[in-house]
Amino acid sequence: MKRLEKKHPLAIRWFHWINFPVLMIMIWSGILIYWANDIYRIGFGSHTLFHFFPAWFYHPGYDDTTQKGHALYNLDARLAEGMAWHFMFMWFFAINGLLYVLYTAFSGEWRYLLPGLHTLREAIQVVLHDLHIRKQPLPRRKFNGAQQIAYTSIVFMGAGSLITGLAIYKPTQFAWLTNLIGGYGISDSFGVSGYNTARFIHFWLTMGYVAFFLVHVTQVIRAGWNNFRAMITGYEVAPTEDSPMDGPVRPDKVVMEGGQA
Amino acid sequence: MTTNEPIKEPVDATEAGRAAKSRGAAMPVQDAEDGAVHTATNAAPPHTPEAAPAPSAPVPIAATPGIPVMAKAGDDEIEGQMHQMSRRSFLWAAVAIGAGFTTRQWLITRRPDNGIPWPFRRVLETNEQLARDYFKTARLVPNFAVAKADPDPRTNGDIGLGEDFDPDTWKLTVEGLADKNAPTRTLTLKDIKALPKVEMVTELKCIEGWSIIVHWAGARFADFMEKYPPATQSGETPDVKHKPNDLANYVSLQTPDKAYYVGLEMESALHPQTLLCYEINGEPLTPEHGAPLRLAIPVKYGVKNIKRIGKISFTNQRPADYWAEQGYDWYAGH
Repeated sequence: MKRLEKKHPLAIRWFHWINFPVLMIMIWSGILIYWANDIYRIGFGSHTLFHFFPAWFYHPGYDDTTQKGHALYNLDARLAEGMAWHFMFMWFFAINGLLYVLYTAFSGEWRYLLPGLHTLREAIQVVLHDLHIRKQPLPRRKFNGAQQIAYTSIVFMGAGSLITGLAIYKPTQFAWLTNLIGGYGISDSFGVSGYNTARFIHFWLTMGYVAFFLVHVTQVIRAGWNNFRAMITGYEVAPTEDSPMDGPVRPDKVVMEGGQA
Repeated sequence: MTTNEPIKEPVDATEAGRAAKSRGAAMPVQDAEDGAVHTATNAAPPHTPEAAPAPSAPVPIAATPGIPVMAKAGDDEIEGQMHQMSRRSFLWAAVAIGAGFTTRQWLITRRPDNGIPWPFRRVLETNEQLARDYFKTARLVPNFAVAKADPDPRTNGDIGLGEDFDPDTWKLTVEGLADKNAPTRTLTLKDIKALPKVEMVTELKCIEGWSIIVHWAGARFADFMEKYPPATQSGETPDVKHKPNDLANYVSLQTPDKAYYVGLEMESALHPQTLLCYEINGEPLTPEHGAPLRLAIPVKYGVKNIKRIGKISFTNQRPADYWAEQGYDWYAGH
């Protein structure tokens, strides 16, 4: 036997799917801006393991030595264009994110998303399970511990991007904020002089989104069609042999909410 | 739970129904968003055998106690409903994707306005209005210790700094002054140096994303305007200190060869850290840094810190700006 389970509210589906292209545009236009001063790298001392970004990343297919070849796409010398997009879509990113946070707060959805006391332990179990080290099935719940940590972190990362973004955008009018973060420009916060701390954080948060995206898409593919479809339709088909999904971490609230994952 | 297990009559149908609903089982699911009632199966969770559908429920498959559930039919029904919902939702998704691409196409094909499609220009201008509303001349950029200043500040731009220039014969032209008999004047460096000398160690932030700390010295632009007041909008005698809003709206600055030019709105020109600068690191400006006179305006990106000023004009028309014409934000303020 099967049954339908309501999984994702309409509002959350819209927030999610609006955020997806908007964040993509923010990352893309961010790269166009970053190109103009692409100083970040992974390395120690003068030794660089990876430079963000190598030439092939900006224009794959184009040979820098011979200056020939047809680039698949171009991400360089488009600073003005990048800023124009970035400063338009920042509004959509901010407003959509803010509405999402307000919605989860007032609808009670936060109960499924916010990590609890045992979340970390469960998240470790989830990771072990996904790596095929732990064989027992995971508890059937809307979001497991690993998801709760990931989905809550991403909200804080979004807030971080807005705050560091504002610090870079208006460093004088919001000097208190910029200074709180460690300054727009010369800073010793990371022990490296010449790093723009606000910009540095802004950049690495973006790298964090990319990492999140890769893991997220992998996990969605692994979870399968039924799970993915639920993010579009809101419903999931569940076999009744399974016990109904456990509620959020605080089961006493479930009945009040009438909420089923 | 096995599918043919009879379901006992609930003692209290409402309560049982609520309990069942809270566990998401055996209930027609009322979708809060679209109002559609999707009939789910009546199978109660094994740990709540007393659960049954609420009386108001549309007749679900095998809702009656004692009648075995036909698993096959139930599953088909569920899958059918899911298909129906999927069709509708995916149709919405397709419309949304189409709308997204149409919007993108529309955006990038709009008439260019100074290097970018006009919707982007309008947004930059709106951002500017918000920033100008929030702007206060009292908010100062951080002043650093002199020791923090870069001993060899980077020179980035050389537009307008052609070879064909003699600093000894240089003169500064000022247009749009309040004095009706002499709205245009020609000044020398001596005239600027006669104004109170101000030193500051501030960060020059480049629009490209890097910054340097520079030790500047020169005259406050506000002091310069006190001495050579711009025309007012009302036509009355200018009062730079007390009636700054009556002054001309904008300041235009350009190099002697007119190759590089910037525009400022009046409140940024009035900012106490906006200097007509003639010294860098305690030395007269070098040609690369804009000798003999340049602008140091730390409330703006580096692009507004014009080197080798040839002419200053006070105007009510929004002045042309070299980089704004290339698609950048005209305001470029912090």
